[in-house]
Amino acid sequence: MITFKGVHKWFKKLHVLNDINLHITPGEVLVVCGPSGSGKSTLIRTINQLEPINDGSLIVDGMDLSDKKTDINKLRAEVGFVFQQFNLYPHLSVIGNITLAPIKIRNIPKKEAEEQAMALLTRVGLAEKRDAYPLQLSGGQQQRVAIARALAMKPRIMLFDEPTSALDPEMIGEVLAVMKDLALSGMTMLVVTHEMGFAREVAHRVVFMDNGVILEEAPPEDFFMRPQHERAKQFLRQLLTPMQCECP
Amino acid sequence: MLNYTFNWSIITSGQYFDWLVTGLLTTLKLSAVSIVLAFVLGLLIAVMRMAHNRPVRWFAHAYLEFFRNTPLLVQIFFWYFGSYKILPTFINDWLNETGFEFAAAAIALTIYTSAFIAEDIRSGVLSIPKEQMEAARSAGFSYLRSMQYIILPQAIRITIPPLVNQFLNVAKNSSLAMTIGVMEMTYQARQVESYTFRGFEAFTAATVVYLALSIVITALVNIYNEKVLMAHKAA
Ligand SMILES: Nc1ncnc2c1ncn2[C@@H]1O[C@H](COP(=O)(O)OP(=O)(O)OP(=O)(O)O)[C@@H](O)[C@H]1O
Ligand SMILES: [Mg+2]
Repeated sequence: MITFKGVHKWFKKLHVLNDINLHITPGEVLVVCGPSGSGKSTLIRTINQLEPINDGSLIVDGMDLSDKKTDINKLRAEVGFVFQQFNLYPHLSVIGNITLAPIKIRNIPKKEAEEQAMALLTRVGLAEKRDAYPLQLSGGQQQRVAIARALAMKPRIMLFDEPTSALDPEMIGEVLAVMKDLALSGMTMLVVTHEMGFAREVAHRVVFMDNGVILEEAPPEDFFMRPQHERAKQFLRQLLTPMQCECP
Repeated sequence: MLNYTFNWSIITSGQYFDWLVTGLLTTLKLSAVSIVLAFVLGLLIAVMRMAHNRPVRWFAHAYLEFFRNTPLLVQIFFWYFGSYKILPTFINDWLNETGFEFAAAAIALTIYTSAFIAEDIRSGVLSIPKEQMEAARSAGFSYLRSMQYIILPQAIRITIPPLVNQFLNVAKNSSLAMTIGVMEMTYQARQVESYTFRGFEAFTAATVVYLALSIVITALVNIYNEKVLMAHKAA
């Protein structure tokens, strides 16, 4: 479904993605982790070309991203993206946020789009918030609306860039529950996260990045129990100790 | 001058009052037409100014610099005396029937003001976090559609107070249209003065009307700021 072959990416002189080779099959849930600045965000942002690649080949759902003729807007409509900071449209209500792209891009009649949006809102547990504005919602609620907004385009792939990192601890669970439900429904998902509980329970595979390189690629039980590289061991130690006691 | 006795009754009723009212209506009409057209044009120029295409961007940039930095009076004269020579005859004929002075003044005010409005809109757009554009693009909207549905609606909300100030500027600037014979407020005050030699009263009346217009509109902007923008922030 997604195939990276020898992908490289530079920001000026900074080599952020270094020879990435990765294949993701339909229905797979892949968790990407690694230290800050290792290139995780850049990696998933190349998949919907928020960041163009400089070398190698990247094929997403049959579309070749290095081919100039590929309709990038069509690709993006097939790939849902969920941001760390939610990025809802503040001038539109919850229902307006969810229905905008289906109405304007997919040309779905407004009434039908709203019915579908309500079904999604019910699925993420926010049906009663249909007319609220984003700034009136908690972070956890905003992120669930953002997930519903992405799902409204009926994407074939969902990308998540640290979807719970900006949330208060008590709200992380509600967002992870929605993501878990989505994973169980068979969605192809790439999730950048440090929520190791989620990775252990839901992911089929974990990728560990460091310095723009994929250092490890393993099923979660292997990655957590038998990390191969010193960097990964160090990363896991740091993640499992301080994070748990730092919570306010 | 010391023995001057004020005679306000001349301008508070009768023929001269009617003149001043017609003048006010013409001022309002000229300002309203110009601000609406200037908004549409300004929006277009603002979008062009931010386009990816370099020649388009440069054209918009040149447009902005040129029209903001040439005196409005010169621009009014240009359209009044100059456009007569460059426009096709049938347009000229049509303009003569509908009032060529008014049209020339409206064109000049529209273009002049659109340059300022474009800059106001552009700074509104620049104040929208870039993540909004990212969210729109990753949903599959093209650059222009993202602007249309996501960025501009937010930017224009922020731009409303400066836009209203532009409207006030247009109302004041429109007095220059008297120089080409548009019978607006200042022109009519001048008329009253030359018929009655009551210049003081006539121009005081005009001043009061311009001032009242400013005060009312500024008050409306303040209310908008408090009610809408603050509520938006507090929510
Ligand atoms: N637009 C950009 N221009 C220049 N450098 C960038 C840009 N975006 C990211 N970088 C740099 O590229 C490197 C990788 O960034 P990236 O955001 O992919 O890391 P990350 O693994 O997601 O980190 P974090 O956990 O902090 O989110 C970092 O050194 C970052 O500073
Ligand atoms: Mg990141």
